Amino acid sequence: MNAVIQRLKAARPQLALLVLALLVNVFVAPGFLDLRLQDGRLFGGLIDILNRGAPVMLLAVGMAPVIATRGIDLSVGVIMAISGAVAAAGVNAGLAWPAAILAALGTGLACGLWNGLLVAVFRLQPIVATLILMVAGRGIAQLITEGRILTFTEPHLIAVAGATLAALPLPVVLALAAAGLTGLLVRATALGLFVEAVGTNPRSSRLAGVHTGLVLGAVYVWSGLMAALAGLIATADIKGADANNAGLWLELDAILAVVIGGTSLYGGRFSIGRSVLGALVLQAMRTAILRAGLPPELNLVLMALVVAAVLTQQSPAFRPMATRLMARLKNKEARA
Amino acid sequence: MKTLLGSRKISRQGLARRMLGIGTAVLLGSLAAGCDSGDKKGLTVGFSQIGSESGWRAAETKLARQGAEQRGITLKFSDAQQRQENQIKAVRSFIAQGVDAILLAPVVSSGWDEVLGEAKAANIPVILLDRQIDTPNVDLYLTAVTSDTIEEGRVAGRWLAGKVQGRDCRIVEIQGTVGASLVANRKKGFEEAIATAPNLHLVRTQSGEFTRAKGKEVMEGFLKAEAPGSICAVYSHNDDMMIGAIQAIKEAGLKPGTDILTVSIDGVPDIFKAMADGDANATVELAPDMAPRAYDILLAYRKDHAPPPKWVQTPSKLYEPDTAAAEYARRKDLY
Amino acid sequence: MAVTPPPVVLAARGLTRQYPGVRALDGVDLTLRAGEIHALLGENGAGKSTLINLLTGAQPRDGGTITVDGVDIDPDGPGGAVRAGIAAVYQEITLLPNLSVAQNLYLGREPTRWGLVHRSRMNREGAALLRRFGLTIDASRPLSDFSTAVQQLIAIARAVDLSAKVLILDEPTASLDTAEVQTLFTLLRSLRDQGLAIVFVTHFLDQVYALTDRITVLRNGRLVGERRTADLPRLDLVAMMLGKTPTAESHLSRRPATATPAGAPLVRAEGLGRRRLVGAFDAELHAGAVLGAAGLLGSGRTETALLLFGVETADQGQLLVDGKAVTLRSPRDAIRLGFGFCPEDRKLDGIVAGLSIRENIVLALQAKRGWWRRLSTAQQHELADRYIKLLDIRTPDAEKPIQLLSGGNQQKALLARWLATEPRLLILDEPTRGIDVGAHAEIVRLLEDLRDRGMALYVISSEIEEVAAYSDRVLVMRDRAPAGLLEGESITPAAIVNAIAADHHTKGAA
Repeated sequence: MNAVIQRLKAARPQLALLVLALLVNVFVAPGFLDLRLQDGRLFGGLIDILNRGAPVMLLAVGMAPVIATRGIDLSVGVIMAISGAVAAAGVNAGLAWPAAILAALGTGLACGLWNGLLVAVFRLQPIVATLILMVAGRGIAQLITEGRILTFTEPHLIAVAGATLAALPLPVVLALAAAGLTGLLVRATALGLFVEAVGTNPRSSRLAGVHTGLVLGAVYVWSGLMAALAGLIATADIKGADANNAGLWLELDAILAVVIGGTSLYGGRFSIGRSVLGALVLQAMRTAILRAGLPPELNLVLMALVVAAVLTQQSPAFRPMATRLMARLKNKEARA
Repeated sequence: MKTLLGSRKISRQGLARRMLGIGTAVLLGSLAAGCDSGDKKGLTVGFSQIGSESGWRAAETKLARQGAEQRGITLKFSDAQQRQENQIKAVRSFIAQGVDAILLAPVVSSGWDEVLGEAKAANIPVILLDRQIDTPNVDLYLTAVTSDTIEEGRVAGRWLAGKVQGRDCRIVEIQGTVGASLVANRKKGFEEAIATAPNLHLVRTQSGEFTRAKGKEVMEGFLKAEAPGSICAVYSHNDDMMIGAIQAIKEAGLKPGTDILTVSIDGVPDIFKAMADGDANATVELAPDMAPRAYDILLAYRKDHAPPPKWVQTPSKLYEPDTAAAEYARRKDLY
Repeated sequence: MAVTPPPVVLAARGLTRQYPGVRALDGVDLTLRAGEIHALLGENGAGKSTLINLLTGAQPRDGGTITVDGVDIDPDGPGGAVRAGIAAVYQEITLLPNLSVAQNLYLGREPTRWGLVHRSRMNREGAALLRRFGLTIDASRPLSDFSTAVQQLIAIARAVDLSAKVLILDEPTASLDTAEVQTLFTLLRSLRDQGLAIVFVTHFLDQVYALTDRITVLRNGRLVGERRTADLPRLDLVAMMLGKTPTAESHLSRRPATATPAGAPLVRAEGLGRRRLVGAFDAELHAGAVLGAAGLLGSGRTETALLLFGVETADQGQLLVDGKAVTLRSPRDAIRLGFGFCPEDRKLDGIVAGLSIRENIVLALQAKRGWWRRLSTAQQHELADRYIKLLDIRTPDAEKPIQLLSGGNQQKALLARWLATEPRLLILDEPTRGIDVGAHAEIVRLLEDLRDRGMALYVISSEIEEVAAYSDRVLVMRDRAPAGLLEGESITPAAIVNAIAADHHTKGAA
């Protein structure tokens, strides 16, 4: 119980941001917070944010440990496209749906393994190592889809995005379950400690006996798996694999979500929960902008402004600067 | 955020694809060079294509190949992988090979003057496909074969005005990627057409970035933001976003094509399928047979040496569900 | 000595600095006079670093005043302190090794011509500047071409050239050999004679007496007192620093000679070596015995530890553990065999800064157990608290980030990290480096205690008297190869120095 309270306390900035973003939504669309149960499924603005935010939540869940090791995974958007293409091509080729889904997830694992090998064994800089797949991956996905949007009608695959479980859309359940599982995996085992140690000081960690290569490889494999799951959801959502556009630029959203979640790009401390909150903050802002009815030209500008404000407020230089400024103003008042 | 990695769409075209493309180009090039010698009758035409980023683009390429074969033209094809420098290289290589004409689907609108000047100096006519370029010197190219993107919007708007008759109709619009001239034109044409009908109101517009996923998300937003049942029609700048929107309408418990009218642009197979299934009402075709048209203009020009008009517009034909099944069957292998 | 005291250059009064949970500095005064070398002494955590940070403006102060030549200064960052005439040179040299010497000297104030850096003039002036400091070198060569000692002198030259009133030297001699120390001292004396006020922080008491005029002693963030060096006997100084009657030097008396360890050694290196790292050496490590390793910097002493711990893999010779040949491909292999290793560079290779003291302590044990067998939070707390108490690590609690600890306490935390794995062999590289008297003695006592409880120890140290005091055998390294093995009664500081110096001309021991 204490631990829960501690974690909520640590997540105060992210929670405050989320509340703020939700308030904007309420301002834009009154009744936004209303929830209603219909045919055993909850409907409402909050559910929409969770549902639409599910892919980036998943990516952020995979990205947070990667960033904590002082790495980055630029290939997650592309892995989404590849895994979606594999699933769609699979069912269209007559593969049973569980096999197609397993193949898609396996593809994600393989992509992650490739990244992990490049980073952990061949010692490539993570940004370069994952850039390789980011650049090449869309081509791979296009080869699978033959350059088209590969539509499918397999009801089980479509259900990945459309079904309802426990009154919630399945993507929400999947994303939350993945977050929970990842949280458990890093905190109930020593992986979290190892990830943070390797991210803070890889040399000391190696000397203390931490298998740094394994830790590095593992975070990329996990990130690949999470991306594959996100890709399944995105593909099921439009009932088609869009090699060109699935997951396009989402790696940047995921990185942003993790950063908003308070993880430094210099590695070290990370939190799965706060990264998920970061993803939700982004989605809540996007939803507000979409529903505000503003000219679409403003979308990116507004998003950029909000993100800049959020990140500046989090920067370590900001607080001392603000305090000093306040102190100076007070001094002046006192003198006057 | 999208600008973090720069505006170059490096990620859109993969390395593997690129290699494949280069391989194909080399192979085709050598094949073409092989049959070209000695065959005095047939023309040799070089085609610098943008890439293969969409089904429509793939269809355009396919029709370019088929059309060349039908007319006995030797086609040298080059895939630029979305990069202008690749296109400039391809054009220079076409010039060096002494082709009879060059087709160019320009990836960007500026920066062509120099290389087109070289083509002109070599006396090789250039025909622009699909997109125009910005140049003070229109003599640099023979003609441009493109659709009239404003007209596409007008056709869509006129159809909608005719469909709803005098009934009041609140319309939502799903735009393409903000900033493209195509988007501004399709919006402008549509607004012109509905301006004449006071009963048509464009109530919301938002960007779906030309993708199914975003089209779906934007439509969901529209359905939530507007009072239930108050949206009468949706206009989308391309069919893909409309297919996403149709899913959103269905998931909101409404019947697309009946409760909410749909009109979109492009004419990709999936929208014909949706029309055949009764989920969509109309699409304005962006004809992919631009290269065959260009071949005919070229052949006519070589015959009578009368310069064609500077801009040849492909028809913007509107299709409705009555012919959808047949049109789908005709296209599904093309795309 | 002049009858009238020289004028006061810098006067700090009532300096206070509060960290979360700790008052690092509590109303401390410091008075510096022109033309004096002033030793700033104290144990770990006494507040020396904090005081320096406040003087240089690296940290804001929470209270107190600093005047330079009677003018109040409000050092707002290091720039302000430099303008006021205060410059500092730290133990870890803060220059840029990839730039040239001249570029380092004139960084941020390069001589220009036509708006561009006037490179030849910069090199010329740089060389001239260094000549005044007794260095005749090519200033256009990269800084990294030169030894630590020369880099230290260059750093001092830059600092003095920047602002010539107060020069603060934080442990400047920590990585210098005896001859280099003498060069530095000559330079400092000449700077003093030019009227500079010099603050000299060190943990070598000999150097304090050899060099300084006045001493200020801090303890636990408070001022203990200021004395003239000449009037303060060594015993009294140690008493001031420790706050008790000193027994600190008692550990230097050699314990009664024990029988040379009998029986089979736990670990035996036979001709172990690696090309371009260290030449073949033999070593035997017995349970309950200390093998010392001595040698100058760069003698290969650290490299022997790297091979024994699997940080580097040997390409010749063999390593026997319990009589069985083993190959160590990584530290994990060594840890599995029950080895532990406290590296020389605590900051870079030891602590994981940013993680808590608790996490740092449990790291090696957790790594040994594997990721799936996590030590529960309760177990971790129990372990951390036990070792904090056992080793007297001075911290309010185990959850503080480890980088907030002083050097000696960080070292103890690293010891705790390995003790938690219950090692059979503990390798320590310079365990007392950069740690002052009190903690120094504590660590030595700890090592002796571990040995007495049956642990095998391999201790690399440049503190020759210490090595002589606690080692059962001493491996002497020179020029990346073994230079001799001393055993039993033959282990004396003089013998070690002789072995190190050997065919070089004899260097005076400190």
